[in-house]
Amino acid sequence: MSSGKKLLLMGRSGSGKSSMRSIIFSNYSAFDTRRLGATIDVEHSNLRFLNNMTLNLWDCGGQDIFMENFLNNNGSNSNGDSSSNNIFKKCEVLIHVFDVESKEVQKDIEIFKRVLDNLHSYSPNVKIFILVHKMDLIQINKRQELFEIMFNKLQQIAFNEYKFKIKGFATSIWDESLYKAWSSIVCSLIPNISLYEENLLKLNNVLNAREIILFEKTTFLVISSTNKNTLITNSEDSSSLDPKRFEKISNIIKTYKQSVNKIRTNFNNLILHGNNSSIYLDILTSNIYIMIIIDKSKVVVGNGGGGVNDNEYQIDDENLILENIKIARSLFERIESKGK
Amino acid sequence: MSNIDFSDADVVMDKDNNATILLMGLRRSGKSSICKVVFHNMQPLDTLYLESTSKPTTETFTSLIDLAVMELPGQLNLFEPSLYDSEKLFASIGALVYVIDSQDEYLSALQNLAYIIKYACNINPKLHIEILIHKIDGLSEDFRLDTQRDIMARVGDDLLDYGLEGVQISFYLTSIFDHSIYEAFSRIVQKLIYELPALENLLDLLMQYSNFDKVFLFDVNSKIYVATDSSPVDIQTYEVCAEFIDVTIDLDGLYESVSSNSQIMNGSGHNYGNGSNGDVIPDGMVSETGNMGTNGVKVDTTTLAVSKPTKCISRLQSGSILYLHQMIRGLALVAVTRLEDTRDSTAISIIDHNVVIFKKSLEKMWERSKIKPHN
Repeated sequence: MSSGKKLLLMGRSGSGKSSMRSIIFSNYSAFDTRRLGATIDVEHSNLRFLNNMTLNLWDCGGQDIFMENFLNNNGSNSNGDSSSNNIFKKCEVLIHVFDVESKEVQKDIEIFKRVLDNLHSYSPNVKIFILVHKMDLIQINKRQELFEIMFNKLQQIAFNEYKFKIKGFATSIWDESLYKAWSSIVCSLIPNISLYEENLLKLNNVLNAREIILFEKTTFLVISSTNKNTLITNSEDSSSLDPKRFEKISNIIKTYKQSVNKIRTNFNNLILHGNNSSIYLDILTSNIYIMIIIDKSKVVVGNGGGGVNDNEYQIDDENLILENIKIARSLFERIESKGK
Repeated sequence: MSNIDFSDADVVMDKDNNATILLMGLRRSGKSSICKVVFHNMQPLDTLYLESTSKPTTETFTSLIDLAVMELPGQLNLFEPSLYDSEKLFASIGALVYVIDSQDEYLSALQNLAYIIKYACNINPKLHIEILIHKIDGLSEDFRLDTQRDIMARVGDDLLDYGLEGVQISFYLTSIFDHSIYEAFSRIVQKLIYELPALENLLDLLMQYSNFDKVFLFDVNSKIYVATDSSPVDIQTYEVCAEFIDVTIDLDGLYESVSSNSQIMNGSGHNYGNGSNGDVIPDGMVSETGNMGTNGVKVDTTTLAVSKPTKCISRLQSGSILYLHQMIRGLALVAVTRLEDTRDSTAISIIDHNVVIFKKSLEKMWERSKIKPHN
């Protein structure tokens, strides 16, 4: 394995680990994941993310046999064949997946404990995320409660016994929660994330956009976003907008990319003057796409609210924004190279 | 395609001003699935669960022309006189689409077809007869052509037996799992548009002056193109253009402003509310928006006049540009263009200008065509 961040994806068999990976990193649709079989032992994938980051994702099969194999050699002093040495060494992130419908919760927790125990001795600085997965199978009004019970329990175990702080997400492959969880997992790995946020805020002060979002190029995961109403990053209370919009945008653009691939090319940018707003999607750096949403009414007022004429598009405004993106580009490129 | 003469158009227009397509075929040949996929944005896989159609269904669609698609149940004998007034039925339609299941034994279908053609041609000799060799997704590439050749030969023989050599019949290889069904329906619908030659001329002119590689006039809801320029249609370009419409609508829909004004526009407006983002839309909702009468059209045009047309431009790495501009009556112009110079903002402005002129002529053309049948 070359240098890079090592991510462990663990959990009992059938909890949906490989499905997640396929959706986020291999452009599967949720429906396609039915074709996936059981993962044998460990499946490695190397993913380049934001250019200077390599993610080594270790998708660990969850059948009891494999699990025992991963965990068992814990106490033994015989080196060489002990896979626990391999697996739990130099881990940066553990993503532990719990099937919310699992019948054997006690056993799930038991395995989680043993995983933590291993990590405690081999890579104590690991970041731990738990995903309570398959939430779509639970009634909507019970989801939050169930998640909190589960999370609190796990949090206690992790903190009391191993002094790990954990983050938890309720996820499902059938809605946007999966993207949200993975966005924050991946963002936690970006070293200079605060710099991005800071500069994005500055950019919005200039543009006064309704919203600006940064996407990673290949996965289209949201890296950072800023909003006019609140000017708080990743704010949830932009009440008027669809809360699932980030995931939907990721989805739409991913499908678009695939369809453009049919004519053997890729897309550079997209400018949409729609019914409600103007949307600018453009390459920001070699690894980031930027999406700027400007209120339509705003643009019209800025132009003196002229008459309704078909060809009276605000070319000046358009150029202004494109010019701003150009200026921002050099700024963000510098941030990116700093991270190296 | 310019073989439409006056008498034909009059026949079509006199009957409640609808261009009607009659969809026929044996049972389980896939008629309802075609309808659902093309006009209701249903996912092809979900058509597995469609019930068999028991009585004739008619659905109207408002595109450039008012289009109606009438579907007959396959398992009934059409010529049982108590069931339908088949004479009136055939006299009132513009095109007969016969669906043949290519994966099944099609001899009985061909027999049925020849009988229908004979009957229909006696009543309405100007009828366009279109044959869909359907479900070709299950056949290998070589076998498709063989099947088509076989069917064409047999139909020709049958018609010769009935003494109907002169009948014009078109064949299409279709499947609902790719874009071939849209392509076929585009061509069928185009034959019913009386103004098509003029439209094509306009598009040719537009293409010439705007450096377009290819330009389509799409019906936004169904992804059928009602007209294109005279250069040959490349199916991949068509697919990309069709999906570009989806991208535009879906992205725009996400940042809908909450004001009630836009709500109304989306409810009654043309088919933009139909969100084709891959969600399976409940049946009832779709047929509601699909079955817009003339009232819907009026609301449509007024709201369009107030709001600016949606416009979308996307640059590709190959140097091509995808260009979308909203037209009248739920139509959108989608073009692929390639610009030589790097400073393309002026070039885009010229295209904008040309397209707006095209839109105006389209509006004028539409006004004229509405007046005509009443005179």
